[in-house]
Amino acid sequence: MDLLNALVALSNFVLVPAIAYGAQLALGALGVTLIYGILRFSNFAHGDTMAFGTMATILVTWWFQSMGIGFGPLPTALLALPFGILACVLLLIGTDRAVYRFYRAQKAKPVILVIVSIGVMFIMNGLVRFIIGPGDQRFADGERFIVTARDFQAMTGLDEGLALKTTQGITVVTAVIVVAALFWFLNRTRTGKSMRAYSDNEDLALLSGIDPERVVLITWLIVGALATVAGVLYGLDKSFKPFTYFQLLLPVFASAIVGGLGNPLGAIAGGFIIAFSEVTITYAWKKVLGYSLPESLEPSGLVQLLSTDYKFAVSFVILLIVLLFRPTGLFRGKSV
Amino acid sequence: MIGNLRTFLLFAAVACLLVLTGEMQSWSTALLIFNMGLISAIMSLGVNLQWGFAGLFNIGVMGFVALGGLATVLVSMPPTTDAWAAGGAQVLLGLLTGAAVIVAAALALRHLPKSRLRGATVLAILVGGFFLYRWVFDPGVDAVEAVNPAGTGYLGGLGLPVLFAWPMGGVLAAGAAWIIGKAALGLRSDYLAIATLGIAEIILAVMKNEDWLSRGVKNVNGIPRPVPNEIDLQNDAGFVATAQGIGLDPVTASSLYIKLSYSILFAVVLVVLLVLAQLALKSPWGRMMRAIRDNEVAAEAMGKDVTARHLQVFILGSAVCGVAGAMMTTLDGQLIPTSYQPLRFTFLIWVMVIVGGSGNNLGAVLGGFVIWFLWVQVEPIGLWLMQMITAPLSEDSALRAHLIESAAHMRLLTMGLILLLVLRFSPRGLIPEK
Repeated sequence: MDLLNALVALSNFVLVPAIAYGAQLALGALGVTLIYGILRFSNFAHGDTMAFGTMATILVTWWFQSMGIGFGPLPTALLALPFGILACVLLLIGTDRAVYRFYRAQKAKPVILVIVSIGVMFIMNGLVRFIIGPGDQRFADGERFIVTARDFQAMTGLDEGLALKTTQGITVVTAVIVVAALFWFLNRTRTGKSMRAYSDNEDLALLSGIDPERVVLITWLIVGALATVAGVLYGLDKSFKPFTYFQLLLPVFASAIVGGLGNPLGAIAGGFIIAFSEVTITYAWKKVLGYSLPESLEPSGLVQLLSTDYKFAVSFVILLIVLLFRPTGLFRGKSV
Repeated sequence: MIGNLRTFLLFAAVACLLVLTGEMQSWSTALLIFNMGLISAIMSLGVNLQWGFAGLFNIGVMGFVALGGLATVLVSMPPTTDAWAAGGAQVLLGLLTGAAVIVAAALALRHLPKSRLRGATVLAILVGGFFLYRWVFDPGVDAVEAVNPAGTGYLGGLGLPVLFAWPMGGVLAAGAAWIIGKAALGLRSDYLAIATLGIAEIILAVMKNEDWLSRGVKNVNGIPRPVPNEIDLQNDAGFVATAQGIGLDPVTASSLYIKLSYSILFAVVLVVLLVLAQLALKSPWGRMMRAIRDNEVAAEAMGKDVTARHLQVFILGSAVCGVAGAMMTTLDGQLIPTSYQPLRFTFLIWVMVIVGGSGNNLGAVLGGFVIWFLWVQVEPIGLWLMQMITAPLSEDSALRAHLIESAAHMRLLTMGLILLLVLRFSPRGLIPEK
């Protein structure tokens, strides 16, 4: 019984949140990794791209809510998501035309493109704060829980409850659908294959008649969709604040690099590795250990390895270890 | 000759802008901008050492600046004797334990033969050491933080004059840079970027959470000043008489006097650093650095130790940022860890370097002044612009209120735009490298 309680407490506080967070990170990291693979630079504006897509979605959500359109038990934001994606994609393609294309034509060094992306980051960050303000926005509506802790306790008769938030459920389901669709696209369709060919060897791809501008356009399209979905899911699960999204850059990049930049499968694995280590190392283990250990060994302190404010440190240390011992990431990414 | 004229004209233009601010707004504002401009110029000199000389992409400037601020507290605040008595020794012992664990793990990694056993041993040392460290360290921290938490609750500093903190800030930042450089400098440029970005966040996290060190988010106020207090000046009969002699009221005069004193102190530091940087740039060492930057492989083939030189210049540049950070905290008179934001303290410095002209020290200094001036002035200009644009809208229009309220965020937009425009149309900056 105690072991079951320990398991439930573990799922409630560690497994479920980490899976949801990992899915959000994985979607963000997929965007970073795609840009790296196709456009060959680290896009520092990605966090703010996520913020922009989310902001557009929030605005449409508010509009729907004011007109009384809802989505039953699910958050209205899911209805608004396509519009958010559209806005984000338009912004990205506009940015590419106005900014990145020039440097692509010049064959500028990757580090120049990184600095350019910092300029884009400034603009997007300013744009988001300009439109929606720097404050915290909550936009989740509909049913809050799939299973509440109390229902779970009543159902199973255990002391510990397992709460499953709607947003966590939606996160996982959406992430699975999006990732499945992405991999189907990359591996089965002609366009997806041309993208992978372009990523593997630009010159060969050009020789075999692949249009680079088309590949780049489709990449931005996919990246816009991924970034918006990741941002909206994160915002539904927690809340939306421009500065938090900017800070997401670090764990997102850590996920992409740990998995191997340019490797989509690696990005997903990296997202979950980072999420699980962040949550487990900053979680206070007292409750779980209290159930699973005999009474004499029960810990007196909180058994929290690091305070939650050090979660960035966790993703960072993992990143450094991977880079030092396996510089191209766990899944053999590419390097330019 | 033309290049020199251009440099002179650009600096003269900045001086004109400052004088204009003094005439149109107030001299106090102009001096405030000038003082922070001096500090920004030093930070951008530091980044220029790393990026302009050696091509190192460091976006952890914020961390080194914050370390400089920490140094100010550690050097100049009076020691909290009660806290030292309560747990100072234990905290130090805890830190030593932590260091010993890391050294032991590193030794094991280096000297044991490569095998599974080695990995397991290192892991065991680290995990066991972590618990040992927490076991020694935590009671000490609790004891220190329990001593008058509302007033002190930290170990305090050394109680030395605050000017000592400036070189100390450099030393602290250099120490951190050495550790980071050892771990991360071999990496590719964008990996190094992410690594430094992460380090800066970690340094900030430590400063926010370790209350025993710098009171964390409770902030440290009342850091001693290298210049007299305004109140003392206003009570000084001689000063009041002089002020009235030039036709200023004593309150304004004292505030201007203090700001000018800071300006002189900062200007001395900037000039010294600038001269050193110029000498370095023109020396054989500077030529070697640029050779490494332009072609690492060729430089290595010529027998240059690229990694060691990178480490050297990374430490130097970070130390300069640390000095600037210490100066800034001295100017503020308080340490507020939550005020350090990467957009302001890392990326804005980068805009300064790129706009000024990477690889050129004078360019970096100019960029520091220009961009800082814009950063401060874009907000009032944006507000004015918004009021002009929205003037046709009715007084109580929601859109108008929103636009005017959001004018404060114009500065990020403007900085991004400036960076992109300079990169596109004048990628070598205002004063290009020779």
